[in-house]
Amino acid sequence: MTVVEFTRLLEKEFEDIEEGTLIPSMNYREIPEFSSMHALILIALIDSEFDVLLNGEDLRSVNTIEELFNLVTERL
Amino acid sequence: MNSGFLLTYYLPDNVVTNEELADQFPDVTPEQIFKQSGVRKRYLTNPDEIGSDLACKAAKKLFSENESLVVEEIDLLVMCTLSPDFKAPSTSVFVHEQLGLREDCLSIDVPMGCSGYIYGLSLIKAMITAGLVKNALFLLAETSSHATHSEDLYLRMIFSDGASATYISKEGVDKIGDFVFGTDGKGAKSLFVDRSATRNPVDQKWITQYKDEPGNMLNGRMYMNGAEIVTFAIRRVPKLLAETLEKNNLNFEDIDLFIFHQASGFILHVLRRKCKIPEDKFFVYLEEVGNTVSSSIPIALKEAIVQGKAKRGMKIMLLGYGIGYTWGGTVIKL
Repeated sequence: MTVVEFTRLLEKEFEDIEEGTLIPSMNYREIPEFSSMHALILIALIDSEFDVLLNGEDLRSVNTIEELFNLVTERL
Repeated sequence: MNSGFLLTYYLPDNVVTNEELADQFPDVTPEQIFKQSGVRKRYLTNPDEIGSDLACKAAKKLFSENESLVVEEIDLLVMCTLSPDFKAPSTSVFVHEQLGLREDCLSIDVPMGCSGYIYGLSLIKAMITAGLVKNALFLLAETSSHATHSEDLYLRMIFSDGASATYISKEGVDKIGDFVFGTDGKGAKSLFVDRSATRNPVDQKWITQYKDEPGNMLNGRMYMNGAEIVTFAIRRVPKLLAETLEKNNLNFEDIDLFIFHQASGFILHVLRRKCKIPEDKFFVYLEEVGNTVSSSIPIALKEAIVQGKAKRGMKIMLLGYGIGYTWGGTVIKL
């Protein structure tokens, strides 16, 4: 999976976000309406798609969608 | 279910709907609350109604629903609550008194929260099997609302006050399988009630800080780190399921119904998907009642029986997991 595909996956999972809205350099916390619930969705999505289980500290250690993607791929 | 394993539940009178919650939090809609929690209604006690009151009401309901149950034959009372009457003595002695149980009845507390039903069942099975007692009354009651701050929307979305009562005799114990348990104290602060006992007790500063909050948070304040709880559940519960199958010499296909602790709609959705459980074998009773902590499994089990989803002869896996962290699993045969 590429970072662009990962970004599209986030758009799909967050439901209310139109395709093409997110870009890899965006801080994932600045995704419109981002809440603590979305952090939970991220953890579950990444576990389901990559079999990589992140915790809250992992999420706090990165900012952009690309950094999040890199963190995941490092653990594959 | 046979007459050796009887159960019921009791919910307090005050219902809080998503519409009522949304009125207090203008940034969210009732549908958003449902999407985030999986809950449409939750129940609250009155401020002067505590865990043992709910437990006694559940017990009396069980007695009135089952003529075959002889109260005088109960010689073990297990009380599971994280909402005790006092630090001492145990809540079970107050419940014992209120219910008028016999004097030689052993009464103990098992304050285990989300995994409490599994832990209590194991204790009861062990004591009855060892011949120490014959007939057990297992009460579980929580009033988590008493430790929830009015601004903590997510906690108010998912948690509900409630109680359950289960009666187990020798005949019922024979239907309870083997158990798996686990503890990981590193998760103790992921879901906990601060300022609720002797470590960091409530002080003057705390009282001043919460002087405008109903109840003044004198029972402490519940905190939850949702990300850590979800990570724990995803990591631990699928293993717990596999270990519980192995312990009971069963295959996945042998289980007719799975009843997990009803943590939240999101966690149940993620776990069902992760564990690859077909929807028709995964019983959820959350929308109408919320997360009642230790009573969530017995309430769901009772509803599964009432709705005809749990039938005589079925093998049902019960998995508890959460606060602590602690976890436990078993299989019962109806």
